[in-house]
Amino acid sequence: MRNVLTGILGCLYVGPILMLLLGSLQGQGFHNYRSVWERVDFLALLENSLLIAGSTVVLGAWVNSLAGYALARLDFPGRAAVLTAILVAMVIPFEAVAVPLFFSVSRLGVRDTLMVQILPFVANGFSVYLFYTFYLEFPRELEEAARLDGANAWQIYARLCLPNSKPALATHAVITLLASWSAYLWPLLVTAGPQARPLSLAIATFLATPPLHWGQVFAFGVLMVAPVLLGFSFLQKHFQPNALSSGIK
Amino acid sequence: MKNRSAWAMLAPAAIGLVLFVLLPFAASLVLSLTDLSLGSPNPTRWVGTLQYRRLLVDPAVARALGNNLRFALVIVPMQTVLALALACLLHKPGWRLAGFYRALFFAPVVFPMSLVAVIWRYLYAPGVTGPLNRLLAGVSLGHWQPRDFLHDPQLALPALMLLSLWQGVGLQMVILLGGLQQIPGDLYEAAALDGAGPLQRFRWVTLPMLRNTLVFTALMTTILAFRVFDQVQILTHGGPAGATSTLMFELVRSAFERLQMGRACALTVIFVFIVVLLTSLQRLVLGRLSR
Repeated sequence: MRNVLTGILGCLYVGPILMLLLGSLQGQGFHNYRSVWERVDFLALLENSLLIAGSTVVLGAWVNSLAGYALARLDFPGRAAVLTAILVAMVIPFEAVAVPLFFSVSRLGVRDTLMVQILPFVANGFSVYLFYTFYLEFPRELEEAARLDGANAWQIYARLCLPNSKPALATHAVITLLASWSAYLWPLLVTAGPQARPLSLAIATFLATPPLHWGQVFAFGVLMVAPVLLGFSFLQKHFQPNALSSGIK
Repeated sequence: MKNRSAWAMLAPAAIGLVLFVLLPFAASLVLSLTDLSLGSPNPTRWVGTLQYRRLLVDPAVARALGNNLRFALVIVPMQTVLALALACLLHKPGWRLAGFYRALFFAPVVFPMSLVAVIWRYLYAPGVTGPLNRLLAGVSLGHWQPRDFLHDPQLALPALMLLSLWQGVGLQMVILLGGLQQIPGDLYEAAALDGAGPLQRFRWVTLPMLRNTLVFTALMTTILAFRVFDQVQILTHGGPAGATSTLMFELVRSAFERLQMGRACALTVIFVFIVVLLTSLQRLVLGRLSR
């Protein structure tokens, strides 16, 4: 029963994926892939996507965990106000600030750069909150021992807390990676040519650029999901979906 | 000393959030009270709540909001039920295929929406050669009349819903699976000893234990339904005749096609208001439930 039901749903589900794969192979062998290679500088686009997503994840892990640690462990005046501001920032979706942000960015003349697709997404209210709740439950005894040995807050954070934050780091990485990797609206607004364009936008541009050849579009699609599927099969072990919902409460 | 390091630790995140979230949103709030229009030579004036009053009676906005609402009303129950069914099917310790299926259903989650839209544009191709038309003709033994899904006023929005469902189910499934794994096994054993069948165990153990996770995922999907943009922009441009226009699409069009910044900013504020409302609802319900 379980096998049959899952099998039916699986067949319905796998259809579009199979079509993508088989469609990319229609014609002679890997002909479509070679054509994609000739029509666009795929490696440059992939590099853009990886640099944008990678920098956002790594810088974000550092910046947001640091803030989360300070909020969870250090007692300072204004802590409650900062926490409220973080909660406010958390509910404002990026789409809501895209328009004013776009005009500031154009005025500064930094359109068409990777930086402008990274910096706005590094500090993230959700991630700060995620690390904050994680460090709240982090055992204090370990830190006390380190403090008695003369370590200051920075040393405790860097040597003790951060290395032991794997579940929070993995959740941060998965969420940030998915958002950054799939970004469409922001790159659509801030990139004019291919030099800073990520793959998520480039696939739509590729489709819209004649001649339309579906086999090549599918080959482009396969090339773009292959690396991230590999990355996720690696991350899946560490990703704790519970943290997604528990971070919100 | 401690204060200094606390602020220094907060500084990078705080500066980023102020610069890229709070200030731009504050700017939207202020600009929404003006008639700023980038295409117009006239000086910008304060117009108070005029933009809002106009939006409230604008049929295009009502249309877009209605589409978001319809999107949520269809997607949220369907995606939640489907994700729950999948999670329950796959939650079986020791089943060797579970990992394979889990990866399969999760795969579209890592497909950017732009790629999903591209794939489904091909599936929705009009005429007898379109893959979905061909499939439906085969299933109905030739009774299906080929349709142009993305240009049909009745079918365009459901077509966008279907591909969003296909992409979104996996994430919800993974979160629910995480919830299922936290239910203690002895609860099921106790229920089985009391003579509860599989359906009763689902009704009286699984559902109550999973309630918080279900509420969380359902409201998360609701919020996402109000943020729909990519698939509309790539596949239908809000058409035919506004049948697939959404709040985000209307907002981007105001700002970048018509250059009406005041209007776009007022739409932004309404958009955030809806999201805040939904998020507070989520917190409220979850807070109630955990008490």
